Amino acid sequence: MSHLFAGRAQMGTSLAFHIIFAVLGVGLPLLMCLAEWMGLRRGDPTWLLLARRWSKAFGVLFAVGAVSGTILSFELGLLWPVFMKYAGPVVGLPFSAEGFAFFLEAIFVGLYLYGWDRLSPRAHWLCSLPIVVSGAASAWFVVTANAWMNSPAGFQISHGKVINVDPLAAMFNPSTPTETIHFLVSAYTATAFGVAAVYAVGLLRGRHDAYHRKALMLALALATIGAPLMPVTGDLSARFVAEHQPAKLAAMEALFHTERGAALRIGGWPDPANGTVRYAITIPHGLSLLIAFDSTTTVRGLDSFPADQRPEARVVHAAFDLMVGIGFALLAVVSWYWLWLWRIHRRTERNRRFPQRLLQALVLAGPATFVAIEAGWTVTEVGRQPWVIYGIVRTADAITTQPGLGVTFMVFNGIYLVLATMTTWLLLRLAQQGRKATVGLEAPSDRGTSPRSRLPASASP
Amino acid sequence: MTLPNLVFATIWAAFTIYIVLGGADFGGGVWDLLASGPSAKRQRQAIVTAMGPVWEANHVWLIFVIVGLFTNFPGAFVALSVALFVPFTLVLVGIVLRGASFAFRAHAAEAVRLSAVWGRVFGIASTFTPVVLGTCAGAVTTGRIRVHGDIVAADLMGVWTGPFSLLCGALALAICAHVAAIFLCVEAGDVGDVELAASFRQRALAAGLVGGVLALGGLVLARTDAPILWSGLAGKALGLVILSAGLALVANGVLLRRRYRLARILVVAQVTIMLAAWAYAQAPYLIIPDVTITSAASPSASMAAFSIATAVGGVLLLPSLWYLLRVFKGQNPAAVRIADHVPTTHS
Repeated sequence: MSHLFAGRAQMGTSLAFHIIFAVLGVGLPLLMCLAEWMGLRRGDPTWLLLARRWSKAFGVLFAVGAVSGTILSFELGLLWPVFMKYAGPVVGLPFSAEGFAFFLEAIFVGLYLYGWDRLSPRAHWLCSLPIVVSGAASAWFVVTANAWMNSPAGFQISHGKVINVDPLAAMFNPSTPTETIHFLVSAYTATAFGVAAVYAVGLLRGRHDAYHRKALMLALALATIGAPLMPVTGDLSARFVAEHQPAKLAAMEALFHTERGAALRIGGWPDPANGTVRYAITIPHGLSLLIAFDSTTTVRGLDSFPADQRPEARVVHAAFDLMVGIGFALLAVVSWYWLWLWRIHRRTERNRRFPQRLLQALVLAGPATFVAIEAGWTVTEVGRQPWVIYGIVRTADAITTQPGLGVTFMVFNGIYLVLATMTTWLLLRLAQQGRKATVGLEAPSDRGTSPRSRLPASASP
Repeated sequence: MTLPNLVFATIWAAFTIYIVLGGADFGGGVWDLLASGPSAKRQRQAIVTAMGPVWEANHVWLIFVIVGLFTNFPGAFVALSVALFVPFTLVLVGIVLRGASFAFRAHAAEAVRLSAVWGRVFGIASTFTPVVLGTCAGAVTTGRIRVHGDIVAADLMGVWTGPFSLLCGALALAICAHVAAIFLCVEAGDVGDVELAASFRQRALAAGLVGGVLALGGLVLARTDAPILWSGLAGKALGLVILSAGLALVANGVLLRRRYRLARILVVAQVTIMLAAWAYAQAPYLIIPDVTITSAASPSASMAAFSIATAVGGVLLLPSLWYLLRVFKGQNPAAVRIADHVPTTHS
């Protein structure tokens, strides 16, 4: 394994791991906050129990997210000292702001997780609001730093030194609006589908109780807002990339040759040696239409860039199409859900239970959404190569001079494996306990339970 | 005060808070590992109760220091990341295992054997991490990290394993253990567990004694191994050194008389003064002898933005932090209740 490859692999694994926790750290607090609010407003113990259970899961996820985030902040210097020499002074502002947002989040997470019995219900619910806000804010700030890597702004370099720094211009760089919005929408949508999948499993296993239905309905409500926004914000991002990072766009679309009236190639396998895409569905003029609403527009292909400035089209194109494909599949699942609701409303559907097939689709949609997140992140990062700061610093020049990256890569892989196993195990356990606890909350008509076990007290953790 | 000095002082303040609060959490892990006697189970329990709601917030101070360093003193951040590649990686592994194992143990409390394994990981990682972090502190002062322009020259292992560095590592561990034990005395005293408070008091005194001996040894070694630091400690920072030593004596004396709350205030003051003495003694160097506050500084626009962000963030942060500590660390009879709750979360 080459030195550079080991460093990139370690950073890539770290980000791929952390992004899952980052996404859930943004989305889950919103669901907790809404569930607790409904519970307090309606005096409904089912909602309160959901909020409690989610806070437990969130406690695990937040702790693992905090440590995996710490790994990243160290790795910036340990792996990419040259990058940090330039990036530190310029994008230190969003990182500092993110630090404070994360700090506030950690404080209120402590209050929220450990305060169920120490704070008044109202004060406890209020503690969820800063978690929601600072979770979203910290994601926003960090993504502005990544956006800056894609469209660096707010500084100049003279004799290897950073001068004329304008931290605000760096934070609000050209990529910031499209990239941050797309990420935040993705985070809420992925959390929504992830949570929906958990309760769809429960319903498939025959647990048709209020607990599972309410959880699923709330998750799908959020998914309903998020799913249609995904292609909209994605489209804005893609058209921004077309303008500011044409090499990335060419890799995303596997466009090897500059074309006037460029075709859209869906799927297939790019072959850089021949400059062709095998087995792709080709839509003539499609790409030009999508980018500029004009079927004759010329789109730059990879051949218009020097050979050492082309991103790897095989990875970027495959990841891009995977993300887009999943995005549309999610939209289809949400539409299916609404069609079913509408048919219930019109009374053309007599069975009010969720259809089996819809539940199965939701179970698949959960993990698929996270695959789409990873794919989207791959597009951003691999599509920017060979640059770490686009057009300014090459990744190969930013890597540390210290040896032994192969070893640290393996060490951190081992750590991630343990963390992932343990987190999954704990979440599965929590789900099991949630099941036991809900028995007491079911309506008597649903299943014969003794009155004693129906007491909400038996549901307290 | 110039902007770089002001910013450095801010970062140093955050570093101090991390050493006191985050260090106490590491110390908690040390005492978890060393829990013994008839009250061993209650000792572990008290540590879990004390750390649970606050350890993540305490940990964020470190993130603040890292971000502050690369924003404002990228030259120093880069040099440290390169020169201390091995110990920083070890610290990172330690921090990750410490945090994850604490959370896993708490959430898997009813899976007895598994949670015992994580408890052991928690103890070992909490002991190992401050030692390695301490060796890094030593490395910065001994002049083994050389920086010429963009070239950082340092021996991969030798830079942090010299006698002075190792002694700093041991001292860091003793300080964490000492501070943690005093904090735990207060917590045990608050819930009226006299026996538990007494066991932590004993531990605090022992760690304090070890720390005192190591600190004296460090001064002796500094003369030869860290001469620039030594001349500062014996010169311009002498007043702070004496004050810190005096506070240490008083804190332990107060501890002997079971005045736990007073001891807590004194030990926080003592560690703060000790760290201030270190920073002042080696000023203006960030890394002796090639990197100074001025030479590593970012352009002033970066520092100004950081300062404003810190001021705004601080306005939001401090009341929130105060609320967190008031709810969980204030003199609150409900402290007993939470002690019943946290460990047996799932039973």
